[in-house]
Amino acid sequence: MSATADLPLWAALPVALLLLLGAGLTLAGSIGLIRLRDFYARVHSPTLGTTMGVSSILLGSIIYFSVTGSRLVLHEILIAIFMGVTTPVTLMLLARAALYRDRREGRDDVPPPGTHGAP
Amino acid sequence: MRRFLPYPLAALALLLTWLLLTGLSPATLLLGVVLAWLGTWLLRVMDPPRLRLRRFRVVLDLMWVVAAEIARSNFAVARIVLAPRPRTLSSGFVRIPLEMRDPIGLAALACIITATPGTVWVEYDSADGTMLLHVLDLIDETEWAGIIKNRYERRLMEVLA
Repeated sequence: MSATADLPLWAALPVALLLLLGAGLTLAGSIGLIRLRDFYARVHSPTLGTTMGVSSILLGSIIYFSVTGSRLVLHEILIAIFMGVTTPVTLMLLARAALYRDRREGRDDVPPPGTHGAP
Repeated sequence: MRRFLPYPLAALALLLTWLLLTGLSPATLLLGVVLAWLGTWLLRVMDPPRLRLRRFRVVLDLMWVVAAEIARSNFAVARIVLAPRPRTLSSGFVRIPLEMRDPIGLAALACIITATPGTVWVEYDSADGTMLLHVLDLIDETEWAGIIKNRYERRLMEVLA
């Protein structure tokens, strides 16, 4: 890759740090899927990768391609927006499905439906 | 104006998306304007509820608060996950009464809360206007109602007329 040689140090440092931060947070989120105990706790951990994990990696990508391509590259912003809008919907659906099943099985460690009892 | 451009915010968002993907040049700008205009006319068939944003400064304020909170809780949840000896977590559900009834505001609040690591919006009861929140590290139940209401709900209600 000739492009990596063109990258000056002042740009290479933040790019590397942002990539490490993003990858580290995403890894922590994935480890959480194993280490956390019940389903409702595990729902929380993928959000590490989809919020700051992906933002850091995309920011690194913006800096890298803007410096080496000598023009501002911003379409990574779209990736962040679409991730930010779609993953919460998936997580909410998963949590609701789990709650629905737990209620049907009559488990007593989940809260009952609202006071008016709409299913 | 309203008849020719029914959803100005959606048209602007479509145009910006198009320009980010294709790059800015006179030809792509022209095609993007046509596509955004056609796209919002298609949107009219679905007739979504109209979004009116007020107080642009509060919108920016809200985005800043959300970004700061997401960054802070990223490290909080990472610390919980990576703790060498996993401590017994007091994760649990909290039911929080909301004043907001606007569906767009509720959808935005649900996405904000779920995108923040450590909190997940689980359900909303439209009959009594309460939401069910699941918190990973639940220390004080009553504190959460105040956090949700003061930090997010108040600002969202200000923004949405």
